[in-house]
Amino acid sequence: MAETLVPAGQEELEAQETHLRHHFATPEQQTDAATLGMWTFLITEVLFFGGMFTAYAIYRTMYPGAFASTSEFMDVRLGGANTAVLICSSLTMALAVRAAQLSRRKDLIRFLILTMIFGTVFLVIKGIEYHAKWVEYKVPGFRFTYEPSYYFHHAQILFSLYFYMTGMHAIHMVVGLGLLTYLVIQAWRGIFHARYFAPVEMIGLYWHFVDIVWIFLFPLLYLIGHKR
Amino acid sequence: MSAHEVAIPKVKTLVLVWAALICFTALTTWVASFEFGEWNIVIALLIAVTKASLVVWIFMGVRHVTTLTRLFVVAGLVWLFIMILLTASDYKTRNWTYQAQPWANNPAHGLSR
Amino acid sequence: MATIAPIHGTPELSERRVNYLNVEHGWKSWLFTTDHKRIAILYLISITLMFFVGGLMAVLFRINLLEPEGIFAPETYNRLFSAHGIIMVFFFLVPSIPATLANFLIPIMVGAKDLAFPRVNLLSWYIYVVGALLTLYAVIRGGVDTGWTFYAPYSSTYSNSYVLAAAFGVFTAGFSSILTGLNFIVTVHKMRAPGMTWSRLPLFVWSNYATGLIQVLGTPVLAITLLLLAFERIAHVGIFDPNIGGDPILFQHLFWFYSHPAVYIMILPGMGVISEIVSCFSHKRVFGYNFVAFSSMAIAVLSFVVWGHHMFITGESMYTSLAFSFLSFMVAVPSAIKVFNWTATMYKGSISFDTPMLYAFGFIGLFTIGGLTGLYLAALGTDVATHGTYFIVAHFHYVMVGGMVMAFVGGLHFWWPKMTGRMYPEAWAKFAALIIFLGFNLTFFPQFILGYLGMPRRYHAYPPEFQALNVLSSAGASILGVGYVIPMIYFLWSLKYGKRAGMNPYDARGLEWTIPSPPTTFNFDTTPVVTQEAYDYGELEEVVG
Repeated sequence: MAETLVPAGQEELEAQETHLRHHFATPEQQTDAATLGMWTFLITEVLFFGGMFTAYAIYRTMYPGAFASTSEFMDVRLGGANTAVLICSSLTMALAVRAAQLSRRKDLIRFLILTMIFGTVFLVIKGIEYHAKWVEYKVPGFRFTYEPSYYFHHAQILFSLYFYMTGMHAIHMVVGLGLLTYLVIQAWRGIFHARYFAPVEMIGLYWHFVDIVWIFLFPLLYLIGHKR
Repeated sequence: MSAHEVAIPKVKTLVLVWAALICFTALTTWVASFEFGEWNIVIALLIAVTKASLVVWIFMGVRHVTTLTRLFVVAGLVWLFIMILLTASDYKTRNWTYQAQPWANNPAHGLSR
Repeated sequence: MATIAPIHGTPELSERRVNYLNVEHGWKSWLFTTDHKRIAILYLISITLMFFVGGLMAVLFRINLLEPEGIFAPETYNRLFSAHGIIMVFFFLVPSIPATLANFLIPIMVGAKDLAFPRVNLLSWYIYVVGALLTLYAVIRGGVDTGWTFYAPYSSTYSNSYVLAAAFGVFTAGFSSILTGLNFIVTVHKMRAPGMTWSRLPLFVWSNYATGLIQVLGTPVLAITLLLLAFERIAHVGIFDPNIGGDPILFQHLFWFYSHPAVYIMILPGMGVISEIVSCFSHKRVFGYNFVAFSSMAIAVLSFVVWGHHMFITGESMYTSLAFSFLSFMVAVPSAIKVFNWTATMYKGSISFDTPMLYAFGFIGLFTIGGLTGLYLAALGTDVATHGTYFIVAHFHYVMVGGMVMAFVGGLHFWWPKMTGRMYPEAWAKFAALIIFLGFNLTFFPQFILGYLGMPRRYHAYPPEFQALNVLSSAGASILGVGYVIPMIYFLWSLKYGKRAGMNPYDARGLEWTIPSPPTTFNFDTTPVVTQEAYDYGELEEVVG
């Protein structure tokens, strides 16, 4: 864009410092718009996952027997561990936003990296789980067997839903890690400070949202109908 | 209106929320080991909703945002609810049709299922 | 300008004035632009191309239906109507008014320099193009034969056509729609000029805001549904095929959760256009402004609780059908409010019969027919008889083509001087409007009768006694086709030879008429301050005169 910023008055300096774009009147308006936009985007995410949650609810009620029998293949320990890991990452993310608000650059980078580490741990544990499913022949469409055989199709649907939901969640995690990498680079360059931290906050919202999805996935997939 | 004077959360608050979330995770796992029938899912979802509310309210800072943003958050949930409720209403009532009706005693109608 | 605090520097007709069109040159200045007006033009070009591709399909299958046995192979026919549906719905109707007219006008109407997220706006166009290319690829490689609805398990298991490419195309285009809607919502909330309160917003903004809500809340569900469909098709396991324990009706639930609201994406913006046009050419404030504004919101909300009426003759529970039937009738209320209020606006107005107004007349009449026949289909009993017949085809074409396309073409005429700085030739435009109206009715009215007589839709052949009506319909389609080509030609002609348009050629109200035509890149030299309500005609008539 042909932006002609003449570095003269206080106003221009402030606009540069807060990365104010030409079509906004004030930094506050810009931040407000970004916040509302992010929340609107998160609503679309709610409904995106909502389609799968609906399908899950329907099939769970439709095939309770098959559903109960699949639960023994869900590893509560790994699922629980992953829940804890994600909650920790949410804490570090919240602390990262706080560090940005206080212009603490080093803290910001530290917490962002911690968040990324937790995120990676989550994905590794997820990978271990997926591997277990592969070994146990519980990957619909590729390697799938099921006993008792009269549950074959129904169990296959429920495992499909398991992979769709956790898979979509994992993809969101990967996207989140990419966004965090971007934040770390920007933070390293010292872009963020008390007057400009909207990107950290927005990506933080996204990260927490992904955490919330897991908060629902964990009991629905791992806990309900679980037999000890 | 909005958080123009940025509301910076206290570290203590954040850590407390984190601790609560971990406790709730342990709780929901522990409760799942008991057999309450259909109540298991109710309890599990109640705990999940509580956890999610904590994240939304404190971590995502909804306690500081405008009414408008809160309205949007609620709208998303309401729409999800509409989708699940109306779809489920179909599945819940689909078999009602097949229950023997007083006027359908004639076996020729073949309404036995 | 009377409605708004004066804006300095309004050179009306000076030829060399810098505007958004001539400020930069070269293809890069277009492909990397973040100016909402330029993006609107990019969208306009793309959707027009898609409209003519979709129209070509329609021409071809109308030729097929000239003969009772059909002229093309049945497979070809299936691919033609599917491509027509997919392209027209997802690549023309859904983005038609929002991505072009609204993209151009909403920032101006609310008094902003641009949409809230200009780069996202550009991104949405690129996403649209990728989606369109994917779908065109599917069409060129051999087409899709599932219909635009992609019903499982046919689409997921049995169809031998390019379902995946088309579905991914639609999936992709969905994100462009989401981003457009998101941008509008945030813009309307956060970018309004001082004094531009909610009760002063033009009704066009209201209706596009409501559309934005639907796009944001509905489209993600379509995305996940198509994704689940794609998984099922790729891996041969999934959740919709009844052979492997799935429930195909669940697909329809999820699909129509988006696609029923989507038909309101395809009509609400049109209603907004009509509100503007009717008010301008009656020189009167829109009757019952609040009711018209809130009826848009009511339609947006109600649209999400009626989807089951597409499924009355599937295995849907009859109790759920009852509820959906009742709720579907409710949508008639806000729709009727709009129609009555437009009529009441014209009542005792000083009506001028400019081209946009002719389209508005067409819209009101045709939409009323389309809407009322919708009530037949919302009624459980009559739906059983008419579902899957040409009655339904005629019904939704009266709403989509008679409604939305009329509004789109009418709106294009209305704001063409603003967008290009040139007037279209009025006589030709009136002629084209007439041709479109006649051609449209000749095409689709016979289809009501055909459907009533029981001719099923989506068949390449039909019993010989239906031939007369089918030939009428095909004849109408060719007239309609000519009717769409004429504006295309004179719009292009007007770019060079059209009379130069002033700032406000129609003596209309609204912020967009207070700035030069075409506008400058940032729309306003100084942020406007709004002091009066929208559509402030009447007491100011003489001042402006």
